[in-house]
Amino acid sequence: MSPGWETVIGLEVHAQLLTRSKMFCGCATAFGAPPNHQTCPVCQGMPGVLPVINRRAIEFGIRTARALHCRVNGKCRFARKHYFYPDMPKNYQISQYEAPLAEEGWLEVEVDGAARRVRIERLHLEEDVGKLTHEGGVFETASTSLVDFNRAGVPLMEIVSRPDLRSPVEAAEYLRSLRTILRYLGVCDGNMEAGSLRCDANVSVRRTGATELGTKVEIKNMNSFRHVRDALEHEAARQTRALDRGERIVQETRLWNPDRGVTVSMRSKEYAHDYRYFPDPDLVPVEPAPAWVAAIEQELPELPRARRQRFVAEYALPPYDAELLTSDRALADYFEEAVRVHPNPKALANWIGSELLRELKGDPAAVTATPVRPAGLARLVALVDEGTISGKMAKELFERMARTGEEPDPIVRREGLRQVADEGAIGRVIDEIVAAHPDVVGDYRRGKKQAAGFLVGQVMKATQGKANPQLVNRLLAERLGTG
Amino acid sequence: MSDWTRLTIHETVTALRDGRVTARALVEAYLERIGLLNDTLGAYLTVAASTARTQADAVDDRFRRGEPLRPLEGVPLAIKDVLCTRGIRTTCGSRILADFVPPYDATALVRLIGDGAIVLGKTNCDEFAMGSSTENSGFHVTRNPWGLDRVPGGSSGGSAAAVAADLAAGGLGTDTGGSVRQPAALCGVVGLKPTYGRVSRYGLIAFASSLDQIGPLTKDVRDAALLLETIAGHDPLDSTAAGEPVPDYQAAVGRGVEGLTLGIPDEYFVAGLDPEVEHAVRDAIRVLERCGARTRRVSLPHTDAGVATYYIVAPAEASSNLARYDGVKYGLRAGDARDLVSMTASTRAAGFGPEVRRRIMLGTYVLSAGYYDAYYAQAQRVRTLIRRDFARAFAEVDAIVSPTAPTPAFKIGEKTDDPIAMYLNDVFTIPAPLAGVPAISVPCGFSLTGLPIGLQVIGKPFDEATLFRVAGAYEAARGTARRRLEIAPVPGARPA
Repeated sequence: MSPGWETVIGLEVHAQLLTRSKMFCGCATAFGAPPNHQTCPVCQGMPGVLPVINRRAIEFGIRTARALHCRVNGKCRFARKHYFYPDMPKNYQISQYEAPLAEEGWLEVEVDGAARRVRIERLHLEEDVGKLTHEGGVFETASTSLVDFNRAGVPLMEIVSRPDLRSPVEAAEYLRSLRTILRYLGVCDGNMEAGSLRCDANVSVRRTGATELGTKVEIKNMNSFRHVRDALEHEAARQTRALDRGERIVQETRLWNPDRGVTVSMRSKEYAHDYRYFPDPDLVPVEPAPAWVAAIEQELPELPRARRQRFVAEYALPPYDAELLTSDRALADYFEEAVRVHPNPKALANWIGSELLRELKGDPAAVTATPVRPAGLARLVALVDEGTISGKMAKELFERMARTGEEPDPIVRREGLRQVADEGAIGRVIDEIVAAHPDVVGDYRRGKKQAAGFLVGQVMKATQGKANPQLVNRLLAERLGTG
Repeated sequence: MSDWTRLTIHETVTALRDGRVTARALVEAYLERIGLLNDTLGAYLTVAASTARTQADAVDDRFRRGEPLRPLEGVPLAIKDVLCTRGIRTTCGSRILADFVPPYDATALVRLIGDGAIVLGKTNCDEFAMGSSTENSGFHVTRNPWGLDRVPGGSSGGSAAAVAADLAAGGLGTDTGGSVRQPAALCGVVGLKPTYGRVSRYGLIAFASSLDQIGPLTKDVRDAALLLETIAGHDPLDSTAAGEPVPDYQAAVGRGVEGLTLGIPDEYFVAGLDPEVEHAVRDAIRVLERCGARTRRVSLPHTDAGVATYYIVAPAEASSNLARYDGVKYGLRAGDARDLVSMTASTRAAGFGPEVRRRIMLGTYVLSAGYYDAYYAQAQRVRTLIRRDFARAFAEVDAIVSPTAPTPAFKIGEKTDDPIAMYLNDVFTIPAPLAGVPAISVPCGFSLTGLPIGLQVIGKPFDEATLFRVAGAYEAARGTARRRLEIAPVPGARPA
């Protein structure tokens, strides 16, 4: 950002809810069915059909609203949003306009160690649209366009922030925090690449210190955190350059083109749709009972920020480890389960942060499927702590556990993975090695301390790596004398 | 020709149970009469002869096997073509759905068929139920059996004409601004618009969702009660269908009006009301008084705002409900499309008639940014005032009596060039749906030229039982309008 300018960003996030059935009919929401196999007259928009609200979707909305400190409205309504497009069976989308499910919340975002509250304007529910496939190009040039309504009617939750974000990095961090919360709440899988989490941004720039907002531009088509950051950086720079040149910003919608790294104008305000919202007469207002809202709130899980703070306090973990472990609810659960079995938080955090995450290919959510169960990892760390196996053996053991799904003890027994910690036995081996290499011993005694490494290596070799390294070091030092 | 087609629904049920006629013979009698007269009357758009025969044979099997009999076992009905019937073409009277065959039944149909009724066919109506004469059908007009140069009323004109001419034992229509009651009045049959939410709208192809209700068109009051008992009640597929219990309506029919107070609204006896209609209605009120009802004047001061309010709310909802007909998924697709926009535009231009296009434009306009508050939001406020008018009146009276329509059946073509004159025909029927309250039309005599006149009884929400008491008492005192109409078939004369 060039000096003298400030970026102002607000995000609109769409999250596909993890309900089993669609927003207004009983069709399944599972991803990947053959086209139009998860449809019925209701989600195909056939004549005469009526929507019926999915109670579970309302519950997910309330759960999210309360986690984001939003006020759940005593009465909310669904409204019809009209525009003609063939991926939308009724040519209107059932959404919420006046009287959304929830309003006025906030989300704490941390950038460079400083926490800031980003206000949330509203949270509402709506239905997703279908998917179009164009044969032979884009819509305008395609010879045939095919429509798949499997996705039509899948519940979507829209969360709109206030224009409180001040940099692309902060915006990306807001999105990351929001995603983590949604995943903690179990309401959305947060997969941006697959489109179950989508993000549009409103961006404007203004002179530092100005209080009026600049003309905003809407950015769409950002399918990853990286896209969000890159697109917003590009757009803020584009607007600043234009203003520096004395040009005017046009209120419009622009698409992020990740291949070219630019935003491209899609439609300007003059061509904006008139959505002709009005309350959907097919649906009665939803009035969530206060007792229901309270019960949902009671069942909220510990949220990422609180959990991170607790991990630091309760397990004396460094903030970095706590952040990593709590970045995913399943990963944090895994850690805590392991700690219960073997209370060595730091060692477990190290194992999870290195070996386990490598095994999961960096995806913490995959932890639920890994063959290395928390009790197994805890036992592995315990074996190290007891001195039964060495760190090197532990890594070997971990790989076997990950490969076979076996518990550590049977592997240790079968493979003889047990370090020798018998002073007499190791002492005898050391005596043999010292006797066999008088010249090396001589070098050592003349001050060539590196020579000890060779002798240790010989001992480990003679014991097939099973000698306890600390013990070998101590006994060897005794034999060679402190000189 | 047998006389089975002359029977009411309850008479038909008895005849079938007594073994005087089989369901198959009954259906054949109706199909024969339809074959004889439908080209003249234009009541049906689709005659479902083969499914009706199959259903009839299944009913006869049940009789033979001695299975428990259902309330409407073997009763052949005419169904307005805005109600979805699985496997039977459902057009809404529109070219845009000329070949649409729904894969599902409307809930009302599921219940009728579940109670043993037989679907004879689908009846003509104004396109998407928009009209008061059935002249707006995309296929052909329907003639009034009482005078072939007259309209049957609308939009449920096909069902009303079919019932009046004995082309069905009874039928279903839909009422948004009077579309059951006004054709009932014009065709001399009974027509009921239930309380909003009394009957599930699932499978009723929407015109104006906050007003639409399915209602029976029958030869007498008891038949209307019988059909309502079957189709009323909660439906998990319609969130606006109420969970109120469904009482024994048939018992109400004979209960009399002793102890009831009936309101006579000043605003319904005004200039524009045909003197013959006024005379017949005032005469009917005297009959009810003699039966034991007390009467008193009431005021519904916002009545004159009803038509204007209706013509904002209904087109607004229609413009939204009809957006789905774009040629993508079902129904007509114009062949000359070059791209998406032209496909949608030419499909809708070719598929919708002038009245539907007019209302879509009206509705789109009143919902537009900058006009919403002035029109749609304002209309909703007036609607609240109209609802309060009724609530205030019903604090003093048990039901309100009025004319159903200001005139008897008018001539075909008489009002087609004057939409406003056509709209004003619904002035007395529009307030009830705006307020969501139930109303029934029962025949109350004839004009000098022999055209039927209807008495409207408006009730409290979910108090259809009182409507059946009033209408039933009047009918018992004066008899039904029913008589065998001498209709001379004109071969090959289906009106265009």
